[in-house]
Amino acid sequence: MNREQLLQYATAIVVLGLCVAGTAQTQQSKPAQNSPQAAKQQPTATHANNQNQSEGQTIFEQNCARCHTPPDGFSPRISGTIVRHMRVRANLSAHDEQELLRFFNP
Amino acid sequence: MPKRFSSLARKAIKLRLVLFVLTVFGVSRCGIAQNTPLLSGGLGFFTSTNGGATSYLPIAEPLVAFPLGNSFLVESRATLLESFNPKGGGQDGYNHSHLVALTYLQGDYILSPHITVVGGSFLTPFATYNERLSPIWIGNLQDGPLIAGLGVMQTATGLGGQLRGSAISRPKFSIDYAAYFSARSGNQQFNSARSSGGRVDLYLPKQRLEVGTSYGRLLQGTQENFYGIHVWWEPKDTGFRLRSEWARGAHGQGYWAEADWRMMQFGGYNSWIGRLEPVFRMQQTFNIGNVGGDPLPAVNTQRADFGLDYNLPHNTRILTSYSRQFSSTKDVNIWETGVTYRFLFPAWKGK
Repeated sequence: MNREQLLQYATAIVVLGLCVAGTAQTQQSKPAQNSPQAAKQQPTATHANNQNQSEGQTIFEQNCARCHTPPDGFSPRISGTIVRHMRVRANLSAHDEQELLRFFNP
Repeated sequence: MPKRFSSLARKAIKLRLVLFVLTVFGVSRCGIAQNTPLLSGGLGFFTSTNGGATSYLPIAEPLVAFPLGNSFLVESRATLLESFNPKGGGQDGYNHSHLVALTYLQGDYILSPHITVVGGSFLTPFATYNERLSPIWIGNLQDGPLIAGLGVMQTATGLGGQLRGSAISRPKFSIDYAAYFSARSGNQQFNSARSSGGRVDLYLPKQRLEVGTSYGRLLQGTQENFYGIHVWWEPKDTGFRLRSEWARGAHGQGYWAEADWRMMQFGGYNSWIGRLEPVFRMQQTFNIGNVGGDPLPAVNTQRADFGLDYNLPHNTRILTSYSRQFSSTKDVNIWETGVTYRFLFPAWKGK
């Protein structure tokens, strides 16, 4: 990659980043009901009434939702299979796997 | 003779008993709470109008994951599609072709908290697109990036072994890795090139920033090196994602940078506006030395994709985009629309 191409690549990232930075700043000052924690649907039918963001939910947002939107819901009977699949695909640590499983099956 | 028959009969009964016990054990292990095998995947219907010619693509990508015991997982994804393309050359009508192929079929064994051993046919762990964004129910745009073929060793799958896992996981940062070796295979379903390589990622959870680098070496024919860098940034509570990759091969290089924003600030994640997702992707490819070989456009190409996705309830997405592609041979407009549905349920009834 020569200098000019590297510059183009870096510029594209920086410009896109700056475009949203202002938006992000504005949105963080808005009330909590607009946050995805309040608005997002929980990933399992069994997981409800979670006022405080658990560690498992954070891990879910950081690792699973990094690539794809959360599914509308799924059976708790496959939560262990999903977590194991995600452990391999997203290279989760053993701790993250346990917290994620607890999040799906509180 | 009767004695021998009796001996064979006893062996057959023992064999049946062993098979019965193994079956009961297997079913009981698979059927335990939370570890039921799953059937997932996506169904899609895409149309693409490229330079005035419209193609149609119904597609299905089923995925199965089958856990065994506490540490083993067998998983596979396949592709079934039928492609309808205009005949061209002044002729009316369409040609159609179909494809039924395994995308990957791998066994995963969690050896230790830091090491997972993967064997079989697996997605080549180079950069991010191939492993993470290629399923039809995940990608924001119908087309993959122009550089998606760089570093994935011709077929995007390897046949061999892989070590991967979380090397370090701390509250402030984590580092994960994947390293593989693939053998050469001409099998129709497990086609792969002899190659090796891997990827290392650094993730900063507070900043929601990921930076990673990849390396791959083709070990057959003219041996070549491939390098990649990726940067992902997904600021918390904004619905915004910025993903980018740069990759370089022996004969070409390029980058893509994609930004998408789920407009959840307007009434929430599931409001009708919050389900909208504008997408923009910029990409460029550059040939090196005018020698073909890498899976890139034959001439330097620039492309801008403007997408607008809508996330319907029940895991259904509508993907639309307009792209303008510039190159010295031809500038084209590409219009694409599609709908995808993602399914996810237990493979069978359980307790």
